Amino acid sequence: MSRFRNVVLAFGLAAALASPALPQAKKMQPPAEPAKTGLGRPALPEEIKAWDIDVRPDGLGAPVGKGDVKKGEELFLAQCAACHGEFGEAVGRWPVLVGGKGSLKADNPEKTIGSYWPDASTAFDYIRRAMPFGNARSLSDDDVYALTAFLLNMNEVVKDDFVLSNENIGKVKMPNAGAFYDDDRTTAEKHFWAEPCMKNCKTGEVKVTGRARVIDVTPDGKSGPKVE
Amino acid sequence: MGAKDEQPSPSRRGLLRAGLAGAAVTAAGGAALAQAKQEPAKQEPAKPDPAITDIQDWNRYLGSGVEAAPYGKPSKFEKDVIRRNVGWLTAGTESSINFTPIHEIDGIITPSGVCFERHHGGVAEVDPAKHRLMINGLVDKPLVFTMDDLKRFPGRVNRPYFLECAANGGMEWKGAQLNGVQFTHGMIHNVWYTGIPLKTLLNEAGVKPNGKWVLVEGADSAAMTRSIPIEKALDDCMIAWGMNGEALRAEQGYPLRIVVPGWEGNMWVKWLRRIEIGDQPWAQREETSKYTDLLADGRARRHTFVMDAKSVVTNPSPQKPLKYKGPNVLTGLAWSGRGAIKRVDVSIDGGKNWQTARIDGPAMPLCLTRFYVDFDWNGQELMVQSRAMDSTGYVQPTKEALRKVRGLNSIYHNNGIQTWLVRANGETENVEIS
Repeated sequence: MSRFRNVVLAFGLAAALASPALPQAKKMQPPAEPAKTGLGRPALPEEIKAWDIDVRPDGLGAPVGKGDVKKGEELFLAQCAACHGEFGEAVGRWPVLVGGKGSLKADNPEKTIGSYWPDASTAFDYIRRAMPFGNARSLSDDDVYALTAFLLNMNEVVKDDFVLSNENIGKVKMPNAGAFYDDDRTTAEKHFWAEPCMKNCKTGEVKVTGRARVIDVTPDGKSGPKVE
Repeated sequence: MGAKDEQPSPSRRGLLRAGLAGAAVTAAGGAALAQAKQEPAKQEPAKPDPAITDIQDWNRYLGSGVEAAPYGKPSKFEKDVIRRNVGWLTAGTESSINFTPIHEIDGIITPSGVCFERHHGGVAEVDPAKHRLMINGLVDKPLVFTMDDLKRFPGRVNRPYFLECAANGGMEWKGAQLNGVQFTHGMIHNVWYTGIPLKTLLNEAGVKPNGKWVLVEGADSAAMTRSIPIEKALDDCMIAWGMNGEALRAEQGYPLRIVVPGWEGNMWVKWLRRIEIGDQPWAQREETSKYTDLLADGRARRHTFVMDAKSVVTNPSPQKPLKYKGPNVLTGLAWSGRGAIKRVDVSIDGGKNWQTARIDGPAMPLCLTRFYVDFDWNGQELMVQSRAMDSTGYVQPTKEALRKVRGLNSIYHNNGIQTWLVRANGETENVEIS
């Protein structure tokens, strides 16, 4: 409440000092942080447990439980293979989960859990919150540990007898873990902050080097959504 | 689509008025202009226009009454101003994208019904009476709010911001692919949001001193999550329930979404149900597997939050070819996640020469900005480009300049300069040029 009193005082002072003192009054404006309103209510532990299911790379948030590669394979064939393929190679345009090792510098990199993902926790967290597609939150925590163990095994990150649990999920070393770095555009692309050329900026004839029409994958009006 | 020259080009007009003339002084352009001058005006007897001389149905009969449309739709003659998708882009429509018809709209506000959609588990139909927002983690007091609670908070704000998908233009990294500005640049919309600053809620819960990151989570079947640095959360993030004066559309997160001004659309979590405070980012799927930018050396940038300065000419464009010689209006959009748009330059000769466009309407920070160039066209081939500059001095790069730094497989954050080739018959194509 003391902050509120300061607000009142600041206003009172500004009025007393009248117009010549305006710059000074501005300086004395209260901090933008508002006082607490008392709106809302405390979140109960059961409620937090029900919704707070995220798992961090260091294992924070991992629920007590475990699952092995063999059980994961059974679950994968029953729950996942229809979209992701029996070996995680994917059906149609559904996501590929396995393989792609060493492809990240290639023309068409294959970014899978094994070739690209930096943390094992992400696979567990994402399967648990959003998979199977269309039936999210239907797997038990042990099921998700087993599925994650199977996917890590298929990607040659862990051995066939591996058991994934809340104890070791923060310790799995992923092959591509060291290959990510924070946004560096303001340094790596500093040259984009420069006054541009306005006149005679290119020498010679400007030629067309690529055309969308050649690829011709743009949908026509008929394939768009229908409206009444 | 054939070009019509219904009105003879008046010879008093320059080839291209308003300074574009400088850019068009070429042998070919000069010849075309001379030809236009020599063309004798066709002397056909003027026929009366039946649109005027006939009495039209709408001039005779009564129209619908005020009860016909309690919530109105656009005129049936505007039926093509719609979102479109590209089927081959994704495996299904529930985790997919569609595109705003930016070639059909003007000004800076996107009508709510055509704002592009990006879902990862379809459109959640959330009952607002059952919607809750939880704040937990490194706070003094974990809290739960109802929608009514949120709307009682003091300090409500109304702000316009652009929301651009990080993948907008992503299909164009390797070359010109999609023949329409709706498809190359339409993962964007710009609306007025109503809500409260996120800071207000964080203050209510009391963030502990080691609280450095904020996780936001959706209530949909994808339970979308992203990590946001506390500095951004305390700066200008909003918890919004309104867009363009009414409630959010279901597909835009009804009843609640987070607004993360200037930052990639993926972070604007819809159907927002939980905010967690932590001391580290969470490395969620959408900030590791997705929304990380693979570079040529096989490493990847992460946490590329800001959408850099960008622009595009929406007319002419492949879906809006030039139909007439003589006066024409070139228009487009510019925006930057780093600040306000300071200037937009336009070229019609593939970037050899540029002139500064006219900005009309406000040029607000982190908001779409509308630009125009009024010009005369004599049927000469054009290579149209636009180049945005923002208040930090950043200048929109060419695609080539971006590829030099990033290679071809970044997928996200393509803000390279777009080229439209306008042919002699007015047809317009998405091209890349030397």
